[in-house]
Amino acid sequence: MNIIVCMKQVIDLEQIRIKPETREPVTQGLPLVFGDFEKCALEEAVRIKEKHGAKVTVLAVGTSKLRDTIKEALAIGADDAIILVDPVFQGSDAMASARVLAKAIQKVGQYDLILMGDSSADEYSGEIPPRVAELLALPQIGCVREIEVIADSGQISELKGLRVVRDLEKTLEVVEIDIPVVIGVTSELNIPRLAPLSAILKASRKPLIEWGLEDIGITAEEVGPIASVVNELSNLTPIQDRKGVLFKDVEEGVVELVKVLDREGIVAQ
Amino acid sequence: MSGILIYSEVEETALGLLTIGKSLSTKLDKALSVALLGNETPDQVETYFSHGAIHAYIGSDSALTHFQASVYAEALAQVVTLVKADIILIGSTRRGRELAPRLAQKLSAGCVTDAVHLSLQDQHLVIERRALGGNTVSTRVIKSPQQIITVMPKIYNAEPGDICEGEIIPVSLDLVPSSTRVLELRPKKAGGANIEDAEVLICIGRGLNNKEDLALIQTLADTLGGMIGCTRPISHDLHWLTEDQMVGLSGKEVSPRLCVAIGISGQIQHTVGMMNAEMIVSINKDANAPIFGISDYGIIGDLYEVVPMLIERIQHDL
Repeated sequence: MNIIVCMKQVIDLEQIRIKPETREPVTQGLPLVFGDFEKCALEEAVRIKEKHGAKVTVLAVGTSKLRDTIKEALAIGADDAIILVDPVFQGSDAMASARVLAKAIQKVGQYDLILMGDSSADEYSGEIPPRVAELLALPQIGCVREIEVIADSGQISELKGLRVVRDLEKTLEVVEIDIPVVIGVTSELNIPRLAPLSAILKASRKPLIEWGLEDIGITAEEVGPIASVVNELSNLTPIQDRKGVLFKDVEEGVVELVKVLDREGIVAQ
Repeated sequence: MSGILIYSEVEETALGLLTIGKSLSTKLDKALSVALLGNETPDQVETYFSHGAIHAYIGSDSALTHFQASVYAEALAQVVTLVKADIILIGSTRRGRELAPRLAQKLSAGCVTDAVHLSLQDQHLVIERRALGGNTVSTRVIKSPQQIITVMPKIYNAEPGDICEGEIIPVSLDLVPSSTRVLELRPKKAGGANIEDAEVLICIGRGLNNKEDLALIQTLADTLGGMIGCTRPISHDLHWLTEDQMVGLSGKEVSPRLCVAIGISGQIQHTVGMMNAEMIVSINKDANAPIFGISDYGIIGDLYEVVPMLIERIQHDL
């Protein structure tokens, strides 16, 4: 079985600072990480490989820093990695990003299972799995929190399909699906392992390929801001008008707080 | 090409979408339609007409027995073509979030998911959604001829109007059934009352040491007549509370009069869900916890000291 795990490098969202005067986020110079959902997608791929045998390819989009951070994914157990770090890919909207990923997946050629985070940590739009699935004419299942490979006596040659659990608002839906398929996963799927340092060092020996526009057969007009059909007019932190009264003394804090709750009619006299 | 099409598999959500759809249809002079998809013809269509829909397009097909995004997206695309809709509003449920981008890709259209506000600027739709993990609100416009937007449920409430006549239009769909098989639907464990209805919500995070200590939190909730919510680790990793009690970007957005955040550091993915609270009170032993930055009142202290004291003081006060 060939598994492709799509990963996106995002800025560490906990470290974003907001310029008070303009309410603009400061995102430059922040560390880059993989989202939790994507880490689970990779972990699941490696677990399937360990149990049933599979080739795991990581396909990642990001900045030039990805050349280093991708080693972590290889150390965790991916067999090879393809990175798309050409600045021309930056600033793509969901449609353009999906186009790039679908082209890259087609170039990889062999795939039975395409795993992604259901939504990315920063955008959280959930657009990429359905769009890529549509471009590849594959079925898709989102919000997946359990994956079971259906194979006779664990033999990869007799792989039949997958049984997955889709997480809906009030129900869990158990679905059987043929391969190939695009699956968007959430963080309930597993607890991702950490890569040991020795494995990270060895990861440099694994194949790491960099693809640009021509490699995936796409033109500069099909990616980036010019190809985007969704434009951002502004991106600001919402106005928060909070009082910000802070008590260091616990007793005083409790007394004052209860007075406020009284005044607001939250605790009845 | 002109028309607004509404779709949600949840009736209440679809009716809420008709509220904003109706306002847009008047201002933009576009017909407002609703799509109803499934394996059977629905019997109650009049409700949609009294909420503003002029046409109800009914797509009944055995291929739509179970939801599969690829098939539902194809069905909706066929209705969109028939209606000549250029604004398609879909309920931002889990299913809606799977469906809308697939539909958008079929139509080569732009899409914005999880919209929290829609408005018009020079007759063009302006959409707000959260971005950067909830740190910001991003204002966007879609430039493609067709615009697909999923709108968060409960942003717009259903507003029933007078009973009026609408046109029911059956659509014959051309669909290939999905090969996926739904084996089972298991109800999820629910925490009872819906925290979205809470006037007072006590939110707990990793600061709570043991599951048993929930009793202390419950006492505070009872004292204040409130419910309990939590951060993702409490419900999804530790399973101390049910998943429908989680507040945050991937959980529920609440708007109580009072939200008491206890032992919560203030990661944005969580706090974004409580931003609409009228008042936020936080209790945390770390003076540098970001939660204090978004609080009206904060007490720096050990929750195991503060909470019992708070309960006693309120009870004493009564």
